[in-house]
Amino acid sequence: MRAPRSGDQVLIYLGRRFVSLCLTLVVASILIFGIIEVLPGDPAAFMLGINAQPEAVEALRDQLGLNQSLIARYFDWVGGLLIGDFGQSYTYRVPVAELIGDRIWVSLPLALYALVLSTAIAFPIGILAALRRGGVADYGVMGLTQLGIAIPNFWFAMFLVLIFAIQWRIFPAGGFVGWEDPVAGLMGLTLPAIALALPQASILARIMRSALIETLDEDYIRTARAKGQSRRGVIWHHALRNAMIPVLTIIGLQFSFLLAGAIIIENVFYLPGLGRLLFQAITQRDLIVVEGAVMLLVFSVVVVTFAVDMAYALVDPRLRR
Amino acid sequence: MKALVATLAASLIATTAMAQNTSITIGMQLEPPNLDPTGGAAAAIDEVVYANVFEGLTRFGSDGSVLPALASAWDINDDGTVYTFTLREGVTFHDGSDFDADDVVFTLDRARAEDSTNAQKALFAGIENVEALAPNSVQITLSSPSGNLPFNLAWGDAVIVAPESAAGNATNPIGTGPFVFSDWVQGDRVELAANPNYWGEPIALEAATFKFISDPVAAFAAMMAGDVDAFPVFPAPENLAQFDADPRFNVIVGSTEGETILAMNNSAEPFADPLVREAVALAINRQEIIDGAMFGFGTPIGTHFAPHNPAYVDLLDRSPHDPDRARELLAQAGYADGFTTTLKLPPPAYARRGGEIIAAQLRAVGIEAEIENVEWAQWLEQVFRGRDYGLTIVSHTEPMDIGIYAREDYYFAYARPAFVALMDALDVETDEAARVDLMQTAQEMIADDYVNAYLFQLAKTGVANARIEGLWENSPTQAIDLTGVRWVQ
Repeated sequence: MRAPRSGDQVLIYLGRRFVSLCLTLVVASILIFGIIEVLPGDPAAFMLGINAQPEAVEALRDQLGLNQSLIARYFDWVGGLLIGDFGQSYTYRVPVAELIGDRIWVSLPLALYALVLSTAIAFPIGILAALRRGGVADYGVMGLTQLGIAIPNFWFAMFLVLIFAIQWRIFPAGGFVGWEDPVAGLMGLTLPAIALALPQASILARIMRSALIETLDEDYIRTARAKGQSRRGVIWHHALRNAMIPVLTIIGLQFSFLLAGAIIIENVFYLPGLGRLLFQAITQRDLIVVEGAVMLLVFSVVVVTFAVDMAYALVDPRLRR
Repeated sequence: MKALVATLAASLIATTAMAQNTSITIGMQLEPPNLDPTGGAAAAIDEVVYANVFEGLTRFGSDGSVLPALASAWDINDDGTVYTFTLREGVTFHDGSDFDADDVVFTLDRARAEDSTNAQKALFAGIENVEALAPNSVQITLSSPSGNLPFNLAWGDAVIVAPESAAGNATNPIGTGPFVFSDWVQGDRVELAANPNYWGEPIALEAATFKFISDPVAAFAAMMAGDVDAFPVFPAPENLAQFDADPRFNVIVGSTEGETILAMNNSAEPFADPLVREAVALAINRQEIIDGAMFGFGTPIGTHFAPHNPAYVDLLDRSPHDPDRARELLAQAGYADGFTTTLKLPPPAYARRGGEIIAAQLRAVGIEAEIENVEWAQWLEQVFRGRDYGLTIVSHTEPMDIGIYAREDYYFAYARPAFVALMDALDVETDEAARVDLMQTAQEMIADDYVNAYLFQLAKTGVANARIEGLWENSPTQAIDLTGVRWVQ
């Protein structure tokens, strides 16, 4: 009788998480809409500039539907979101979903690329530092990662451009040609991905090192060694697996950050990504684009968190009790 | 075998050279929000489409003169109220539809309609009626005589659009120009291709790409790496010396229509007092601002008028840098101990960098200007609409815009009745000598009233590959006209 009851509990746990996910989204939508709509600045006035006649601005406000009440506009917006309609951009005059959709094809691959690079760098050097604790390699890794965290990524980005784009002309200085030519697309994202990955890798390597050192000190490691398992086997089967929990949490957080937080790097490399779309939309008071993009980011973070919660529920037996 | 390789290599080089010779990539700092010049004020819209995609009845030449475009000629009746435009024949829009008088009537009626969202609706205010006399002839009747109509119709806001395609011009512009719109990757670039059916002189380029690079450092890198062929309005004047020293590049320095002013809120104390305004004007050292904020690019101005305009009067002697006199004037006005005010700065470098210098210059005469950086949207709301400011710095980039001083609702709130009368007289005057006279009186009036402190005429500083020829040096309107651009060896 025990098994089904524990299954029920998992379902109850997941159900609760799901309800809280929905509530989070509702609250987020109200907050996003409320905060963004009270921003000073009128999109119509922005578009028509300083020579415009007041009546022309008024006519444009009417056309854009800005003269409706705040509440009516909120329900319009949320109603649209539910059926996947993000509304129409005020300034670009195209559907917001289309704008965001285009940008995702830059931001998502860039975030993934940076994440892959960052893990590929961080794992080996973090493990190396932990295993050679107190040695030259450890000091080297700690020093370099300290530097990696301290160097601002936009500065590092310019440095990369100077060397690889202007001096050697291996990679383009910026811009994104699209995915019709996947090689050129990947080339265009390489320098930005490296610039983004460096500080992330530094942080991740340090987390990896400390998590691994901590687990290596655990009693069960000593027990495993005492039972005759090889040092390598212990590290692979026991220490690393347990050290992965904090590391994976950080990777999850970094991914959300990379998706939305690449705005400075997008500017340096003039990539048409989500961060720059948001930035432009804010300066132009294209509020409906801002709202749509922020809502999407909130949604992705909330869903990732939900997925992590689910994974915990499946992996960690204590959560089922 | 060797010969084969050589031929291959030669043909390869030839094709690359040819490809290079007919396409160009232009860098721009700001991306246009849409591509319809009749429905937005953003300079970036005109920069991409003016003269390239869209054409008006008339157009600006690179020297600011008004040239025939879709109208080959025009007649004015004796009292200056009826214009008859003769239209070019055999012109088609990019979607294949014919251009004729009905398109002109549609365009002008749409721009002056009640629900028009034209950013420069005032250009069309004097038009009473537009009538198609024949497929190639349009008559425009004005409510009062005006010599300005051909000039007004040369603006980007007055380009001719077709009723079939006007609604979609924001994202798919259909004009009559030498380039057809081909693609817009939002956030990255707009691509144009040569129009094979163009009515006018054939152009040298086959394709043009406008690339949007907002970061000045990225703009520098893109030019240096050869990703961009020209940056007609280069965002970082500090890098120009480096480009100038490099034989691969040409630095193009010209003038714009941008009068950069330190605007004062004439409707509120302390700037309602002309003595205070004069004191501010005398506290300013223009050359220091030009050198410090603009790296030496810019021409000092003493009134709100472009120095390259034949009607310009040099009034710099009305407001020389004289801090002692400025302190005296402040004391006379009752501010012996100075006062504190706000200095709201929009994003461009001329404002942000210039503002720091101006604040220091004002502090030297006892005026404490508290700097507040604002975005354009905030500036429009607070300064422009709400008049919630003491001082602000703006470059007024519209050509011949001294008329804004007659606008009652305008943000610096001048509108002195004598000045309004002057502008009304200018509107109906068609005699050129008399017009120049009126414009000069107007320049003197606003300089003598110290409406604003006049700083400098914004320079146009661009960079281009040294093998490119035909880019505009000056900027009589905000355009990147590619019709005369070609690669040379």
